[in-house]
Amino acid sequence: MSTTTLPIAKAITAGLRDAMHADEHVMLMGEDIGRLGGVFRVTDGLHAEFGSQRVVDTPLAEAGIVGTAVGLAMRGYRPVVEIQFDGFVFPAYNQITTQVAKMHYRTGGRVTLPMVIRIPHGGGIGAVEHHSESPEALFAHTAGLRIIAPATSQDAYWMTRQAIESEDPVIVLEPKRRYWVKGDVDPDHRPELGPWQAQVRRPGTDATLLAWGPSVPLALESAEAAAEDGIELEVIDARSLAPLDMETVTASVRRTGRLVIVHEAPVLGGLGGEIAARVSEQCFYHLEAPVLRIGGYATPYPPARMEHAYLPDLERVLDGVDRVLSH
Amino acid sequence: MTVFATTIPDDAHQEPMIQLLGPDGTRTPHAELDAVLTGGGGAEDLQSPDALRGYYRDMVMIRAADLEATSLQRQGQLGLWASALGQEAAQIGAGHAARVQDYLVPTYREHGVAWARGIEPWRLLELFRGISHGGWDPAELRTHPYMIVLGSQAPHAVGYAMGLQRDGAVGTGDRAHDTAVLALFGDGASSEGEVSESFTFAKSFDAPVVFYTQNNQWAISVPTSVQSSVPLAQRSRGWGIPSVRVDGNDVLAVMAAVRSALDAARAGEGPRFIEAVTYRMAAHTTSDDAGRYRPAAEEEEWAERDPILRLRRHLEQLGAIDEDFVRRCDDEAHELAMQLHHHIHGMEDPDPVHIFEHVYTEHHPVVEAEKQAYREYAAQFEDEADQDGARA
Ligand SMILES: Cc1ncc(C[n+]2csc(CCOP(=O)(O)OP(=O)(O)O)c2C)c(N)n1
Repeated sequence: MSTTTLPIAKAITAGLRDAMHADEHVMLMGEDIGRLGGVFRVTDGLHAEFGSQRVVDTPLAEAGIVGTAVGLAMRGYRPVVEIQFDGFVFPAYNQITTQVAKMHYRTGGRVTLPMVIRIPHGGGIGAVEHHSESPEALFAHTAGLRIIAPATSQDAYWMTRQAIESEDPVIVLEPKRRYWVKGDVDPDHRPELGPWQAQVRRPGTDATLLAWGPSVPLALESAEAAAEDGIELEVIDARSLAPLDMETVTASVRRTGRLVIVHEAPVLGGLGGEIAARVSEQCFYHLEAPVLRIGGYATPYPPARMEHAYLPDLERVLDGVDRVLSH
Repeated sequence: MTVFATTIPDDAHQEPMIQLLGPDGTRTPHAELDAVLTGGGGAEDLQSPDALRGYYRDMVMIRAADLEATSLQRQGQLGLWASALGQEAAQIGAGHAARVQDYLVPTYREHGVAWARGIEPWRLLELFRGISHGGWDPAELRTHPYMIVLGSQAPHAVGYAMGLQRDGAVGTGDRAHDTAVLALFGDGASSEGEVSESFTFAKSFDAPVVFYTQNNQWAISVPTSVQSSVPLAQRSRGWGIPSVRVDGNDVLAVMAAVRSALDAARAGEGPRFIEAVTYRMAAHTTSDDAGRYRPAAEEEEWAERDPILRLRRHLEQLGAIDEDFVRRCDDEAHELAMQLHHHIHGMEDPDPVHIFEHVYTEHHPVVEAEKQAYREYAAQFEDEADQDGARA
């Protein structure tokens, strides 16, 4: 098998399957991931293929799911945990921040926790409350966790595999509203780019657009629209949120002199703020305009019929681009 | 003697299940619970022919509203609908067992309970349509907002009950004044840590709270056996909380157990736990495909135990129902469905500026600045639209 075309959800399925074949200690845990194949069908077929010892429909308790995964990891397994929706990771927040993130540190490096926490994240699916959250900053603020956010099928496949191979715990934020967007996957050739690196998705000269996960296609679409007006935007897919690959970002900003960061999470206290601070520290003399953030508001995620106004969209991104270019 | 047990049988699976109405409508007498149902007589009588006809009508109404909501979702009018089909007795019974002053704490599938509380069905639909996160004033209706995050409401119920204790609203002997809390959650949610912590608090403080789980056999695709290999009713006994398992498709058993438990709680006897055994007749929600994980035969088997049919048979045996009444209920139910349909089709989307409302009680500079910026930004498009309009 070489390159195939898969939706992002199926690329993750393939990544999980291949990881399970490659290492018998890889096991999956979560709510409804067995016979149902997960509410997004990401684990579809894996229960039938690997059985209930390796694909575990757990009781309905997120703290229990993540907490028992810690124990399994300490016993030599590589648990891959599915949290059903972003808003339901919080019962497990204690386990993730006080235990998962710190076990390696507090045991003086004696214990590793090679576990993965998969979270479908972000809005735009017309859902009821607590199904559209973007909690990346909460986790990125917690030392000891790695966080990645694949945006394409190829990344979905490979970053899933790389997350499982990592000796550190990794949170994978999956772009739920793009699960069924198709793209090429080459499962036979390991990409040169590591999972903790950003990637320039479109070269440009006038300003840099930085996005991740579900916002990457939006950034690309914005760049295309801007190009019609003769504006060349460089689009960077951050891919890794902890650690952040600042080298790729600052190299781009030094060329373009302008940066617009797009994310769905609230701008207030969001990761964009951390990136903006670092860019101003590292690229101060190259900046032609203040770094701008386009994202969610300092409010809870709104009811579905208003989410279009909350989420960054083409107009808001282009408005931001206009503003940085007006300097 | 009480049906509320504090011990577990040697063989845990020998846990009894209280049933007052058999699937064929036959009434089994039960000294303790019959006394609860009859109460002080008059308006207190929960099983007078009038009362029974009332439950029948309620169940028919709520089922019609439920089916209409499903079709509204199919028409794109709702983002999602979580049907309570099959759980009508478990909900109407529990809802009416509560006294007016009691505080009810629901999940997201409590449409029958809401109906019994006088909450109009269209208010529930606001949440499922996506125009609000919840449509009512909890204090006014003595009903907590619907809860999506499983189990999170359970400690709220206990805390509210602890407040009642401090207010002297428990154990005065005045049943019209003494108050209790009914905390509802599903079989799946019962596994959440917050539910266990709620048991702990409730018993430690002997708070006037009744925990009520509708074991509808499924948590999405996961059967109750994954949550517990023994009957759920036994869960609370390790905490010293007396509990009982009842047939949740039997409106009288539900009502008697819940009324009895709430009255004990309001009298200051501490918490109780009830497992109502029922069945989620529809898929988990309109997004779910139950065919992937459960056999149709199981659904058919449960259809035999339908709660509405059961009460109707009972009423027939009593000679307390006639064709005319049945037809009137059906007509009213149809009318309700039509109203719901028109109401939803007429619902306007909120102005997105509402995103910024009620984040805080007082002025907040960041929210205010973002709201202002949003207004100015949105106004550009209105101007453009006006200009387009003028040109056309
Ligand atoms: C904390 C949390 N985890 C996961 C979910 C997703 N979810 C919604 S309903 C559901 C199953 C609930 O089952 P149960 O408690 O038995 O209630 P039922 O839906 O059967 O009424 C799940 C897993 C959630 N809403 N909240």
